[in-house]
Amino acid sequence: MMRPVYAISGGVSKFAKARPDKTFQAVIKEAYDYAIGDLGIDMPTFTAAADGSVAAYFSDHFSRQLMAGIMAQDYLGLIPKPGHRVEGGGATGGLCFQEAWKSVASGDMDVCVAYGFETMSRVETWKGNEFIALASDVSWDYPVGGFYSGYYAMMVTRHMKEYGTTVEQMAHVSVKNHLNAYHNPYAQKRNRYSIEDVRSSPMVAWPLTRLDICVMSDGAAAVILASEEGLERLEKAGASISRPLVAVAGIGRGTDAMRMADRPHVDYDTFMRDYATELERDSAETRAYYKKLWDKGTRYPGVHSFRAGRTAGNLAYRRAGIVDPIADLDFVELHDAYTSSEIQTYEDLGLCRYGEGGPFAASGKTFMPGIDYGLDLPEDPLIPVNPSGGLIACGHPVGATGLMQGVFAIWQLQGTVGKHFGDSALQVPHARRGAIHSHAGTGTYVTVSILRKED
Amino acid sequence: MPKLPDRPEETLGGFIVHGVPFPVDSGPDALAFLKRMAPIQIEQGYSITYLHSYGQDSPWFAGVSNRRLLATRDPESGYTYATPRGHDMYSGEETEWIDITDRPAWIHTFTVCHFGSEEFLAETPYVLALIEYEGVETLFLSRLMGIDPDEASIEWIGMEVQPRFLRNSKLKPTDVYFVPARSAS
Repeated sequence: MMRPVYAISGGVSKFAKARPDKTFQAVIKEAYDYAIGDLGIDMPTFTAAADGSVAAYFSDHFSRQLMAGIMAQDYLGLIPKPGHRVEGGGATGGLCFQEAWKSVASGDMDVCVAYGFETMSRVETWKGNEFIALASDVSWDYPVGGFYSGYYAMMVTRHMKEYGTTVEQMAHVSVKNHLNAYHNPYAQKRNRYSIEDVRSSPMVAWPLTRLDICVMSDGAAAVILASEEGLERLEKAGASISRPLVAVAGIGRGTDAMRMADRPHVDYDTFMRDYATELERDSAETRAYYKKLWDKGTRYPGVHSFRAGRTAGNLAYRRAGIVDPIADLDFVELHDAYTSSEIQTYEDLGLCRYGEGGPFAASGKTFMPGIDYGLDLPEDPLIPVNPSGGLIACGHPVGATGLMQGVFAIWQLQGTVGKHFGDSALQVPHARRGAIHSHAGTGTYVTVSILRKED
Repeated sequence: MPKLPDRPEETLGGFIVHGVPFPVDSGPDALAFLKRMAPIQIEQGYSITYLHSYGQDSPWFAGVSNRRLLATRDPESGYTYATPRGHDMYSGEETEWIDITDRPAWIHTFTVCHFGSEEFLAETPYVLALIEYEGVETLFLSRLMGIDPDEASIEWIGMEVQPRFLRNSKLKPTDVYFVPARSAS
């Protein structure tokens, strides 16, 4: 029997190209101290109330330090409390959030800290890309020219062929996320770009340009989760916890083959049975839409879709009681390592149907209300996606990224974005439910967690 | 028009410095000032050679060095892996080797890498493609040669291709690469 879990506080260090001013432990401490400070208590008081932690970082190569997790644990003063490190590529932060949730939901802990970091600036960019590419099969994928931007470019090339997705639609994601980040002081890249700017920036892996791709960063993030008992303990110790509370309404995870080449290409019936969302399955019109796609040759997931993302979303939605994600969610912070993967993820998360991600990206539905993007958007904002600026603009210090999403989601649901950003432009009005989505490899581990503002 | 680069690529190398600035005395003011100093950064090298084993996939590399392209399949269902797997993902059974060298093949998807990991930077621009084989359920990642990387087009998808082999095998998956099929050109 799982217990209710509340996400009560969070903190994010400034994401930057390089943070040589501090060691990784001290950068994590910035995020951690902010999260504690937001509860209105001091470090010794919080330490006395905390039961343990989960640490997240992706790459031992980047840090050139094994067991970096314990070095953070001791720097933060959390020793000798329980803790462990999780790792799962780009989804490391999302996995960490969910492991901390499990610690509390299971009754193992009442107050658990999830913290994560990455220090990517210690090697040159192209060496960094090499490290990241080592997270593909080193017998079969890496030696052929291992490069993650190349892998994602191959996915979107197929998406374009399959569904007619355009590079201009992808560029809409870049314009949106960069301009959202303009209002987010934690973000690394805060710029106004045009579609033309995105397309004329240097080509990295056709058709992805430099502005279609997230950057490497140094940074850290921390989230504090608690049970009812944990809340009580913290409040007795003097903590002021924002009401209404933010609860974790449900989590989901999915996986897929490490080698993109190994993904299956399933038929229509299998897709409808195993992968369609509840809403898709219940709609005769959508069933006919998919039948037509399959008749034209579409197979699932192939290399254009993330079965792990669909699996994670469906599981999280079921547990959180979400049937129609676009109506039931007020915002989504998703893993936009590439503009193309944001589009692919719209489809996986059921914000639109497979094949409709491109037009959906350019529709205006995923933009923030009240911000002038300099674009001619045919529709009003409906479900802001990456109101924070996402990975593309905030940066992607891998182990911190999924937790950064958690922090921003907490602030959205508490209605405290203005307080934390010093600017309310990114506060989603009346936000009651949001999803955070963390994604690894070529779609190998994906986590989706739903956060909800309690009544 | 693509923008021209407006700054050189940064490298980690720099001057070797002997001696760093430090207060001449260590009185309280000087010690307090240490909090305002920029960090010291040094280079640390790291290099290692692994003895990597291809394990149960080894016959594929023996095959490719003899100009034969192998795949594996589940003996019962016939589900075939262009990138070999020792065991089938669905039945859990051990797979068997088959030869797919002469089967029709085409481009399932591709990209042109204008940048890459450090190891491959010198080879840019290079074309990566996932190759689809007739009667084979999964794909194979390879390099595509003989087409102009500056002319990348979505129309390349579906182009019929054929394998070519390095004269001198390096026992790597790049011992095979693909070119447009003779019949297609």
